Amino acid sequence: MTTEENVSIAEPPTTQVAPATPVAIRVAVRPEGAEQVVDNEVRIKVEDLNIYYGARRAVRGVTMDIAANAVTAFIGPSGCGKSTILRCFDRMNDLIPDARVEGKIVLNGEDIYAPGVLPVEVRRRVGLVFQRPNPFPMTIYDNVAYGPRRHGQSDKKALDQIVENSLRRAALWEEVKDDFRKKSGLALSGGQQQRMCIARTLATEPDVILMDEPASALDPISTLKIEDLIHELRQRYTIVIVTHNMQQASRVSQMTAFFTLGEDRAGYLVEYDQTAQIFTNPKQQLTEDYVSGRFG
Amino acid sequence: MTRSLVWDRVATGVFWAIGVFVVLVLGAIILHFLLASIGTLSLDFLTSDPSRTELGGVGPILWNSFYILVLTMLITVPLGTIGGIYMAEYAGDGRIPNLIRLSQELISSVPSIVVGLFGLALFVTALGWSFSALSGAMALTVFNLPLMMRLSEQAMRAVPQDERDASLALGSTKWQTVRHVVLPLAVPGIITGIILTAGRIFGEAAALIFTAGLSTPMHYDFTNFDLTDPQSPWSPFHPATTLSVYIWKLNSEGLGNYVRQIADTSAAILVIAVLLFNLGARTLGSVLHRRTTGSR
Repeated sequence: MTTEENVSIAEPPTTQVAPATPVAIRVAVRPEGAEQVVDNEVRIKVEDLNIYYGARRAVRGVTMDIAANAVTAFIGPSGCGKSTILRCFDRMNDLIPDARVEGKIVLNGEDIYAPGVLPVEVRRRVGLVFQRPNPFPMTIYDNVAYGPRRHGQSDKKALDQIVENSLRRAALWEEVKDDFRKKSGLALSGGQQQRMCIARTLATEPDVILMDEPASALDPISTLKIEDLIHELRQRYTIVIVTHNMQQASRVSQMTAFFTLGEDRAGYLVEYDQTAQIFTNPKQQLTEDYVSGRFG
Repeated sequence: MTRSLVWDRVATGVFWAIGVFVVLVLGAIILHFLLASIGTLSLDFLTSDPSRTELGGVGPILWNSFYILVLTMLITVPLGTIGGIYMAEYAGDGRIPNLIRLSQELISSVPSIVVGLFGLALFVTALGWSFSALSGAMALTVFNLPLMMRLSEQAMRAVPQDERDASLALGSTKWQTVRHVVLPLAVPGIITGIILTAGRIFGEAAALIFTAGLSTPMHYDFTNFDLTDPQSPWSPFHPATTLSVYIWKLNSEGLGNYVRQIADTSAAILVIAVLLFNLGARTLGSVLHRRTTGSR
């Protein structure tokens, strides 16, 4: 892949010639149109990623570069492996006993699956926001301070600052500033809980934030708040979001990757391009069928 | 009325009748001993020595019951909880954990009189602890430890995987996750387990006949803190008839005018104590559950 071209991969992707080393990805700043395009550096480089559960291959031959300071959306039908790929980026798949990963995932120049790399270290640099809000049964303060505390931050003033900053960045501060030290995280509404979970992730100062359908359990108004928040967070973070909702993908993301299931029941990358391209002018017929609602 | 509706009524009636029967049996037992202990049950009875010529009390015997209970708990609670953590969080499904689970079940189904004989051979004779509170507590540990382990394992397994994932995704280690998320959430369940097993220990007789012995120092001197002196109430080496063993002894070989009353009153104390343990377990469990989940 060069700076001018965008990836578009036809099945089978394993026959694809490895692209030249990229230095940047062209990213449309505004998802609605490609009129303003900038070159972002590459944050995550995925090379020929294969994921197996036992003997079954679940994901086949994914190669893609994920841009820094942009939102990349993963779309595709259920079971196509988009969440599975996402969870490889912070090695959460290590928790599944017979999951096995082949290929490379390079984060900031370092292969996170290289021998000797500790999953715990990877997860400190890559945050994950889950589909269902999963607050700890503690106060809002303790929820947000959880990561920094486990990483050894015990200074009270520093923690206060981290918690406040994280809640502000997650656009939750104004709603909880009066009682966040006393109120349980479980006493918040679903949408607030999810923003608290995002604040909890921000508190660990990750480079990358992964979001696994972060709004699918929320009502429309909470969903919009989360989407606004994602817009804000893009300035500082690299965000990868899995979503079932194509409107959401087109609203929040600058880059979109479309995955589907092959005949071998393994998920693969069909097309990866600027979001505006994917939704208005896809290169693959499969993509067009999917985004126009003909299947999936 | 259709056939299915008739059978629905019949089934409801049968279940209702069985429920009422169970409650009646429990009520009858409690009522019987309460009525039988009227006139005998008093503060004096609870504190005085059994050797008195008029109506001997159960003071030292009640002390022994609680002493053995506490001693057993001091051994089983820490070991059982640590074992439970291992089984729930670390062991997985391999051969060794399965062997442990099998052993747990087998030990739990060994008749307690057999455990008592084992205790006689090992603790009383081979280790030379003679008939003592310590021998009794160790015999109780033999079948209480697997139960305690099982209960704390279940309490930890009941913690949702979401909570563990949230902690791990923030870059915590496994131990941090167990220590700061799983254990606090499991504490209500573990405490309920502790109190329920306490009721069982408090009422156990067969395992103690050959280990804690059928005698007790006649007069307890609570200022004697010499832990090696078998006459001291504080020493683990004092022979320690418990309430249940005392009831058995009175009924099988007791002579004298008041044997019947003393036995019935002791039984009433035992039933009330066990009932209180169970009620306490329920109350404390639900209070702690409300507190740790923040749903106050």
